Amino acid sequence: MAGVPVKKKTFQDLILTLQSFWASKGCLILQPYDDQMGAGTFHPATTLRALGPRPWRAAYVQPSRRPKDGRYGENPNRLQHYYQFQVIMKPAPADIQDLYLESVRAIGLDPALHDIRFTEDDWESPTLGAWGLGWQVECDGMEISQFTYFQQVGGIDCDPVSAEITYGLERLAMYVQNVEFVYDLAFNEDVRYGEVFHQAEQEFSAFNFEMADTEILFRHFNDAEKQCRELISGNKKLALPAYDQCIKASHVFNLLDARGVISVTERAAYIARVRTLAKACCEAWLATPMGDYKPRIG
Amino acid sequence: MAELLLELLSEEIPSRMQAQAARDLERLVVGALSDRGLLFEGAKSFAGPRRLTLMLSGLPLQQSDVSEEKKGPRVNAPAKAIDGFLRSAGVTLEQCEKRDDGKGEFYLAVIHRKGRATADVLAEVVPECLAKLPWPKSMRWPQPTSTPVRWVRPMHSILCTLDGEVAPIAFAGVMSSNRTAGHRFLSQGEIEVRRFDDYVKKLRDAYVILDPDERKEIILQDVKNRAFALGLELINDPGLLEEVAGLAEWPVPLIGSIDDAYMEVPGEILQTAMRVHQKYFSLRNPKTGTLANRFAVVANMITPDSGKTIVAGNERVLRARLSDAKFFWDQDRKRTLESRVGELGGIVFHAKLGTQLERVERIESLAGEIAEKTGVDVKTARRAARLCKADLTTGVVGEFPELQGVMGHYYALNDGESAEVADAIRDHYKPQGPNDSIPRSKVSIAVALADKLQSLFMFFAIDEKPTGAGDPFALRRSALGTLRIIIDNKLRLDIAKLSGYQAGGDLRDFLIDRLKVHLRDAGIRHDLIDAAAAVVRDCDFLRLVWRIEALQSFLKTDDGANLLTAYRRAVNIVKAEEKKDKTVYDGAPDPEAFVLAQEKTLFVELATASELIRAEVARERFEQAMGVMARLRKHVDAFFDNVTVNDKDLNLRKNRLLLLSRLRSTLHTVADFSKIEG
Repeated sequence: MAGVPVKKKTFQDLILTLQSFWASKGCLILQPYDDQMGAGTFHPATTLRALGPRPWRAAYVQPSRRPKDGRYGENPNRLQHYYQFQVIMKPAPADIQDLYLESVRAIGLDPALHDIRFTEDDWESPTLGAWGLGWQVECDGMEISQFTYFQQVGGIDCDPVSAEITYGLERLAMYVQNVEFVYDLAFNEDVRYGEVFHQAEQEFSAFNFEMADTEILFRHFNDAEKQCRELISGNKKLALPAYDQCIKASHVFNLLDARGVISVTERAAYIARVRTLAKACCEAWLATPMGDYKPRIG
Repeated sequence: MAELLLELLSEEIPSRMQAQAARDLERLVVGALSDRGLLFEGAKSFAGPRRLTLMLSGLPLQQSDVSEEKKGPRVNAPAKAIDGFLRSAGVTLEQCEKRDDGKGEFYLAVIHRKGRATADVLAEVVPECLAKLPWPKSMRWPQPTSTPVRWVRPMHSILCTLDGEVAPIAFAGVMSSNRTAGHRFLSQGEIEVRRFDDYVKKLRDAYVILDPDERKEIILQDVKNRAFALGLELINDPGLLEEVAGLAEWPVPLIGSIDDAYMEVPGEILQTAMRVHQKYFSLRNPKTGTLANRFAVVANMITPDSGKTIVAGNERVLRARLSDAKFFWDQDRKRTLESRVGELGGIVFHAKLGTQLERVERIESLAGEIAEKTGVDVKTARRAARLCKADLTTGVVGEFPELQGVMGHYYALNDGESAEVADAIRDHYKPQGPNDSIPRSKVSIAVALADKLQSLFMFFAIDEKPTGAGDPFALRRSALGTLRIIIDNKLRLDIAKLSGYQAGGDLRDFLIDRLKVHLRDAGIRHDLIDAAAAVVRDCDFLRLVWRIEALQSFLKTDDGANLLTAYRRAVNIVKAEEKKDKTVYDGAPDPEAFVLAQEKTLFVELATASELIRAEVARERFEQAMGVMARLRKHVDAFFDNVTVNDKDLNLRKNRLLLLSRLRSTLHTVADFSKIEG
């Protein structure tokens, strides 16, 4: 390949490359989950499938909503809606770091020319009751991925342990394309990222910070919580629909947080309420056929 | 004698955990081998981003044989007893010796135990040591074994050789070998090694510097040289050096530039942004001391373009970081600190102690009181105190909490507050540790004391005192800071007179304990502190220190030492007689009842001295008070040489005991001599 000029990858090239790369490593290429969520980890293909003994390998793009990160389209790299590329492999392969580096090479970053490091960055999601150990992967001082070995999800030990890799797609693309303003990214050869998303960032920033009706949101939160509990109470084990409600509650909470109507002390209480739902859903999932529930002996 | 080489290669180990892990590995293996009689000559341990290494030299290949004697029954004992002994000792009668202990012959079994091969011992103890290694955080991962273990990150290989040959060890489903790997990107394939020297050299050839101290030295020298070549100097940062030395197996320092657009942002922000987020070293102009528009980054890579791409990438990341920081800096200055004070009402300080605003209001009123008592302009002190926490709501401090105070200083100046107020906002957190400087300007002192005393008063009031296990609110630091500020600035302040101080609580004792720790370095004995503190009730620590210092110098003189002896003699006599008589000798002796010249003299001298000492103490002239005590010595000595206290005449005896008791109370005007040790 030496000497041959490599065309810079467009945003969609990046996605296609990662998809075909991880497909070639045996991952199912799933599609985004159709609920609003803060990160790819919330997708049931990660949260729920990380539990129980069944092997599982999947990769997918997940639109991620962070209402508080909205900047009305004015910040060079902060967005209230962005894309994560998520890989989950259970059990974690012994050569997962090498696989990851191969994927980095595939998207056009040659480790021989850059300074790639794995620096400590343990991951924790208080709302999911989940945590793991791992790193942020840095390329020339820039964080390009999160790498985590899940230890617990929903307060339940992960056994076997999964490896989770998350690529922040916009950031990675900015790096690969040498672009400093996210809206200047080439989505494909002709269209820039800003043409697709700039107006959305403006409108949703206004919604998240100013317009979202907090009374309605508080009600939605309570409704989602109630519905979630009902779906898994007693002998009912509708783990997947219940988990949808948990995701909804989490997103509504994020919106309320962005609206600035939740005080510091209340904040912890809301997070605990979502965590309780997440734990209950995870336990319910394990009691379903796909969760592979096996009663403990003794 | 053989050499043991052990290396554990894993995925990237957090930098902050490496040094301790190397020490723990050495401690555990050394301990386990010593327990099994395997001693050695030298031990070395190393840690880096991917490996922990231990080398022991002068280790025997075999444990020594040991023989143990086991005493059996007498030769004429019943056969049953002898059989039982033979069975338990595992020997035959023929193998036993007969010995005579003077009372008759008995059987003695001498059991020889062959020493085990060191390799066998290693196979047993090393996995146990590894399983016990106390990582601050460890994890599970899929392991090809039925007994999975925890390690800091997944383990990839174990290299273990004894005397050049593989010593078999199994851990986490990995079998040891004589092979390892070099640098993740700069080296390919496996490296085969036999011994430590060979290992260090081959690792170096594979772009791995084993010794963290050498990595630090390389980074330090290289950054210094590169800075020097640009007419700049490195701003030393030992903590950062330690951290980056744990992030690169082959450290390559590179110099990058900071975009001019950001050089107007205060240097503290730039430096903190670079240090915290990017782990860059800052450089400065040696003449002006100002931050240079260059930084040093330590890469773990040699590239064909000599790091050009790496530097360009890091500069880009820094631009994004600094653009965030500059954004906050610009936004923050659009509002005054005053306008932020109210927002503190929305931030909880402590569940039982209310909001940050309530805390600030308490600090403000305390600062006012302290200012009044120490001759500082009350309005200025209160103003500084009111604004001292307002920067907690700013964007920059939200991003970089360690800049609290520093940012308040900038924003106060920007708002047109006086330099005194701005300095006090910056310095009121000082001293942040035993090595940090203390505030010197009067307004800063008042606010710094108010901040610390507010914490001490409030947390003691709700019984959140430091325990052996922890000090979550850093009250020890607050107490020590309070004492240092008062003593070093020669400040007269009775803390007990400030509002919020709870008399009868444990705070005074707590402060006195901290005083002992503080004065220990100055060579002042803790018992003298107790002796001096016992005779006063207030919390005027400067005066207490004067008293202690005078006492310490007095006790170093002959007069002082002798008087202490005489004091003890007097007290012992009085105590013994009080016990015998079941009474307390306290009161004025009858001047007419004395018989001997020496007791009359002592009575008169004591009466005069007592007045004088009281007067000198009242004027805080502790050395002079000690001088008066010194003059008592010869009279006390003469008394003991010539007067018998326990006279047959009971009235005379009582009068003499009252005289000695008076000696005690006179000395106690200065210090409680009974608390003096030695």
